[in-house]
Amino acid sequence: MDNVFELQNVYKTYKNDGKEFTALKDVSLTVKEGEIFGIIGMSGAGKSTLVRTLNRLEEVSSGTVSFYGKDLASLKARELREVRHSISMIFQGFNLVNQRTVIQNVEQSLRIIGTPRAVRREKAKQMLEIVGLSEKANEYPARLSGGQKQRVAIARALAVDPKVLLCDEATSALDPKITGEILDLLKKINEERKLTIVIITHEMSVVEKICDRVAIIDDGNLAEIGEVKDVFSNPQSKAAKKLVFPSNPFDPSDVNGQIVRLVFDGTQSNVPFISNLVEQTGLKVNILSANTKSVGGIGYGQMIIELPKPAKDRQTAIDFFKAGGLSVSEVTVNE
Amino acid sequence: MSDYIKDAIISGVWETFVMTFFASLFSYLVGMPLGVILYSTSRGRLLENRGVNFVIGAIVNITRSLPFLILLVLLIPFTRFVVGQSIGTTAAIVPLTIGAIPIVARMVESSLNEVNPGIIEAATSMGASPIYTILHFIIPEATPSLLQGGAINVATVLGYSAMAGVIGGGGLGAIALQYGYYRYQKDVLWTTVTLLIIMVMLIQELGIRLSKKTRKT
Repeated sequence: MDNVFELQNVYKTYKNDGKEFTALKDVSLTVKEGEIFGIIGMSGAGKSTLVRTLNRLEEVSSGTVSFYGKDLASLKARELREVRHSISMIFQGFNLVNQRTVIQNVEQSLRIIGTPRAVRREKAKQMLEIVGLSEKANEYPARLSGGQKQRVAIARALAVDPKVLLCDEATSALDPKITGEILDLLKKINEERKLTIVIITHEMSVVEKICDRVAIIDDGNLAEIGEVKDVFSNPQSKAAKKLVFPSNPFDPSDVNGQIVRLVFDGTQSNVPFISNLVEQTGLKVNILSANTKSVGGIGYGQMIIELPKPAKDRQTAIDFFKAGGLSVSEVTVNE
Repeated sequence: MSDYIKDAIISGVWETFVMTFFASLFSYLVGMPLGVILYSTSRGRLLENRGVNFVIGAIVNITRSLPFLILLVLLIPFTRFVVGQSIGTTAAIVPLTIGAIPIVARMVESSLNEVNPGIIEAATSMGASPIYTILHFIIPEATPSLLQGGAINVATVLGYSAMAGVIGGGGLGAIALQYGYYRYQKDVLWTTVTLLIIMVMLIQELGIRLSKKTRKT
């Protein structure tokens, strides 16, 4: 599979009133053709800057960003505009022209690439049909809901048949139900058109729902990158753990008590391992928290339990879980 | 009020209208592009250019700081050069236009500044050139605000046109000055003032309605 984007040692430094601020530090990653690639991080982590280096809305301070092998920094203004026709983008604030109707907004991207008027109108109508807004063609954006506005923005972005769609917090201004609908639409477009999608978000649920691979950005650094299911079942970096596992407010019932986290994936989720533990070893554990989520259609779960006090029993319990194929990690209270 | 004064007032209304119309038209022909340049060359904008922005900004500020009455006098030689005379309705259009240009430029600039930067970012991400973005994204989005500013500018030109009466320009201003002030005809003074007020109100109302009609938000 081809690499759509390839970032090598990308740094971005802003100078503001003599103060330097490094938004991106030595970020290297690739985005592959046809995948949905998530970039997640806390606000201010640098993910919005990162996505803007992909279409050169932001210039990098050093390092290279290439699009299908072409270094974006080497392009002249005109060449860059050509390349941008293949890299569409949608935004948190939708960014529609309020003084133009829905269909005129969709036509704008086509007009920029020089599509003749009649073709433009036809294509825009098709796009509105795909996003399910045909009946709103002659409305003004002010009359639409947030979800509908984002659909118009998606129609506008995809009308020019781009190779990639960049989504900058595209669902962050929407409620969970509408977010779900927009993500379903993006997934459908990804599958039907083999469109590569890059999604910037601070919401783990977005990544869980539709991304194939994910990069975790923490304070300008690339903390972790990999298949979503791997990162979810076995996060390595501190930033990843913080995002994957909810904060841990539990204290062991005894100062010497030990808390562990069990993580299991779809293959073990139908095994009643706590019951088995009790039956087979007679040891009792205390469940402090448990949840499961679906990542790309596979159930993942995690459970936080407090182990029995005697050290020998603890080891027995840990060995029992490990033998069952669960991942066991020790939890420090202030993780 | 005698008949000849009534006739004078009627032709005064017409002259005021002509001066205001043409001075507004010409000042927009020059002021609108200047406003667009001021906006787009300022810091962080599409065609950022500090040199151009500074020079145009300085010229605009200087012309704007001159009291209009002084400008009227200073421009007499220029007016004579352009229209061949320095008194009368046609002659008054020249200083009115020059005086209104910087006001229009700043008003246009401020209307464009209100446009959501996200729309510009979206246009850029679609591969639109800066000129295209200005013409097809920024100006359409700013239209209601531009119209509202337009009404204020036209009303200002109308007010200035009354001042042109001092140096021999025509219109209601000249009548108010000659008959109302110098000849103590209070009824003429108040009639012309009332007419000027009505004209300003009409312009303002028209501008607000147009702006509302075009505003889709």
